[in-house]
Amino acid sequence: MTKGDARGHWRSAAMLAPLILFSALFFLWPLASVMTVAVSDPVILRAFPGLGAASEDWSRNGPPTPAMQRALVDDIRSIDDAQVLGAAVRRLNAAHAGFRSLMGRTAAAVRSQDGTDVDLFAVDARWREPEPWRAIIDGLSPYTDEFLLAAIDYGRDENGAITRLPPDKSGNRYVFARTIWIALQVTAATIAIGLPYALLMASVTGWTRHALMAALLVPMWTSVLVRTAAWFIMLQDQGLINEVLVGTGLTRDPLTLLFNRAGVLISMTHQTLPYMVLPIFSVLVSLPKSLMPAAASLGAHPLRAFWRILLPLSLRGIVSGALLVFMTSIGFYIVPALVGGPRDQLISSLIAHYATGTANWQMASALGLVLLGMTGCLYAVYSRFAGSGQIGR
Amino acid sequence: MLKFLKGIYGVAVACFMVVPLAAILPLAFNDGVLINYPMNGVSLRWFDELLTSAVWKRAIINSLVIGTATALLATSLGTLAALGLRNRSGTFYSICRTAFLLPMVAPVVVLGVGMQIIFSRIGLLNTYTGIIIAHTVVALPFVVISAGTGLAGVSPVTERAAASLGAAPFTVFRRVTLPIAFPGILSGAIFAFATSLDEVILLLFLGSASQRTLAREMFAQLRDNLTPVIAAVAFLFIIGTLLLSVLSVVIRRRRSVAIMPE
Repeated sequence: MTKGDARGHWRSAAMLAPLILFSALFFLWPLASVMTVAVSDPVILRAFPGLGAASEDWSRNGPPTPAMQRALVDDIRSIDDAQVLGAAVRRLNAAHAGFRSLMGRTAAAVRSQDGTDVDLFAVDARWREPEPWRAIIDGLSPYTDEFLLAAIDYGRDENGAITRLPPDKSGNRYVFARTIWIALQVTAATIAIGLPYALLMASVTGWTRHALMAALLVPMWTSVLVRTAAWFIMLQDQGLINEVLVGTGLTRDPLTLLFNRAGVLISMTHQTLPYMVLPIFSVLVSLPKSLMPAAASLGAHPLRAFWRILLPLSLRGIVSGALLVFMTSIGFYIVPALVGGPRDQLISSLIAHYATGTANWQMASALGLVLLGMTGCLYAVYSRFAGSGQIGR
Repeated sequence: MLKFLKGIYGVAVACFMVVPLAAILPLAFNDGVLINYPMNGVSLRWFDELLTSAVWKRAIINSLVIGTATALLATSLGTLAALGLRNRSGTFYSICRTAFLLPMVAPVVVLGVGMQIIFSRIGLLNTYTGIIIAHTVVALPFVVISAGTGLAGVSPVTERAAASLGAAPFTVFRRVTLPIAFPGILSGAIFAFATSLDEVILLLFLGSASQRTLAREMFAQLRDNLTPVIAAVAFLFIIGTLLLSVLSVVIRRRRSVAIMPE
């Protein structure tokens, strides 16, 4: 490397530095904190910081050691923020029924006997048992898989084994299944509509091709909100679609198209169709023009020529488009929120509900991490695929 | 026969794409309180409300302020990075190239959760600065691509010619590189502005009522109480998009003329 070359590299690095710093701070850091928040649970550790060290030589099944009892009393005494204890007790009460009354009585006793030793067994006989101790100590770890498991409707039983959550506490798997199902339907619809359209666009030239392209690009460049609003207005009971259907006598009563699955599928297909057509089109226009005439001259029926030649060659575009449409579809939020009903909401709505509705960032992050993982895998396949040579050869 | 069917099909799909947007345009001038056909006479009352009601006026100002700031920040960061990546190959640079495009792929809702966590820690929640930063993150990939394409059109031969005629490196950059790459940089800035104008999800996570933009206000209205002002806003957005598309075609024409003069 010459001297001038090295200087050039330094200059490039200096010009890249601001964006690298900005992306690290405001893109990577947020995504990293989604990952850490999803697996961290410091609530109990914050309330009982001393108990962990004191319980290291405890057998877990026998009565608590004197050191543990002293550590617990010290921990309770040194909590000056009632909310810290409150949050920990709420969490522990979920794991061990009756913990709230036990801790309430104990905290009161500790506070009334300021400075002196407290006999926990005398305050409440339940402290003789190992169960409440085990509940606290198991919760002390700042890391947990509880939220990640809950995101896919699993949890841990009292022995720590992974089990399915009861039906009243689980519904996420339905939302995930619905998200994937809707994304698959949208992908299928865009292939069905988009493949012939791309073939048509590749087979014409001049202004016809420009017009067909503009019909795709102008809606694609238009605001997502405007497109959703447009469909909202089209799909109403008195909207244009129903006016035409009733006016021509095709249906007697207006169809319900808004706030249900039909509206979501129509609007999502409209928004993702360009992502399907453009990759297929770009593969088709790169093919030699003489392929189909050559097949015809060898006696192949147009359908057979399409099936054996054009379709395999355009497969790369179809797969790229399908991955792109599917990947975009599983992350949709605005369309289902506006034209869908409560049974048409996707995983994004659930994440938004936890983050902005109930301020449960651990659950929001855990669900977000699952969505991020799915998108990441699809993107990895997509970029491999779009970067690799032609397949089907 | 086949040709006829092909024609029908092309028109049908093109209609599916365009008719919903075209149908909303006349409704902006509807004199009734419902947004549907048949229209109730023509009036400008909804545009009047858009420009005079406090809520919409504030939304317009917010959109312009946040959009302009986003375009400025994203264009400076993105153009600088595109210059750094220019004519470079190697692992480090290709990692940068890929990494800078990732915000386009990451689900916005997940980004929103992460930013909410971070912004609440560093005090950017419910601030204009926070919104501008968030919008810049999602707008940057477009600027990096667009400015990169613009810079790729600048031939090193032209720059060397300028240098051999005695121009200092900065003069070459200012008088040769920048003017030729300018259309690309400009369309990057326009893309960044449009991205910010359209963004709702991050605003839902990171903004308060005082940072409501036009898009955010539309979202709220479509959710709660629909008024025909929506159609008026949509009218302005669609006309704006059409104008910008025409502008970008013109810019591209001029650019290709600038690179390859007769």
